[in-house]
Amino acid sequence: MDEIDRKIVAATQAGLPLVAQPYHKVAEELGLEPEEVMQRIRSMDDTGVIRRIGVVPNHYKLGLNANGMSVWDLDDALAKDLGAKVGALDFVSHCYLRPRSLPVWPYNLFAMVHGKSRDEVEEKASVIADLLGPACRSQDILYSTRILKKTGLRIAA
Amino acid sequence: MLDATDRKIINGLQGGFPVCERPFAEAAKTLDLEESDLVARIARLREEGVLSRFGPMYNAEAMGGAFCLCAMAVPHDRFDEVVELVNTHEEVAHNYERVHALNVWFVLGTEDPQRIDAVIGEIEAETGLNVHAFPKEHEFFVRLQVDA
Repeated sequence: MDEIDRKIVAATQAGLPLVAQPYHKVAEELGLEPEEVMQRIRSMDDTGVIRRIGVVPNHYKLGLNANGMSVWDLDDALAKDLGAKVGALDFVSHCYLRPRSLPVWPYNLFAMVHGKSRDEVEEKASVIADLLGPACRSQDILYSTRILKKTGLRIAA
Repeated sequence: MLDATDRKIINGLQGGFPVCERPFAEAAKTLDLEESDLVARIARLREEGVLSRFGPMYNAEAMGGAFCLCAMAVPHDRFDEVVELVNTHEEVAHNYERVHALNVWFVLGTEDPQRIDAVIGEIEAETGLNVHAFPKEHEFFVRLQVDA
């Protein structure tokens, strides 16, 4: 990423302008050619700097009020294959392997599950449990009870 | 309230928004809408907070930043004091209380990856408590489709 890419990121990270030609508008603000802005955005999309372009729904406004961090202690030898299957479930929004921190934390797979209620989250977690089978030694679901800080991540231009 | 068209937009446009001269016109075609209607509806859904954002979702790590999920077991009688000490660090991007022996979960985000360990060390020194670091070892592809 060079300086121009960073300018484009800074100008669009809060959102695209809601006009018929949003990329032209961004280009105009930055004093660039529209074609260059579009080319750079496409290239950031191709290289994974951009995960995706579209609408980002607010889970709470859609009634998805229960968000559970489901965590699983998986056999290390199978963790990558099984994690890929868990990530492919359409109700899992984030899915990672992370190190354990024994003895307090035996879990290595983290899968964020969203639902309208805790019952729904638990139902979905049981779908994951079935998928994992005996490769999973123990599990838990941690619900967030309070947001203590949320500033998001911003990069400077 | 969301109508059927709103739902179609939310369900159909969580990715793949085109990069071209008239992207709304392009996207509207696949949703069977008018360009101006799509723009107006996205604007309204943004205003109502149904959409938290519209545009590119950037992967901060691909831009050179580093992130680390961390957790602490904070005694109840020290909760507010410790949370304040943690949150004072500008590297703490979000922080959630969760129901577990590890009851405080936060994400550190830094432009310089070496800062992660330094901040963890500072928080441990300031609070006298252990910080458990859970750096991502592998990220799985997710479909991430939220149904409205």
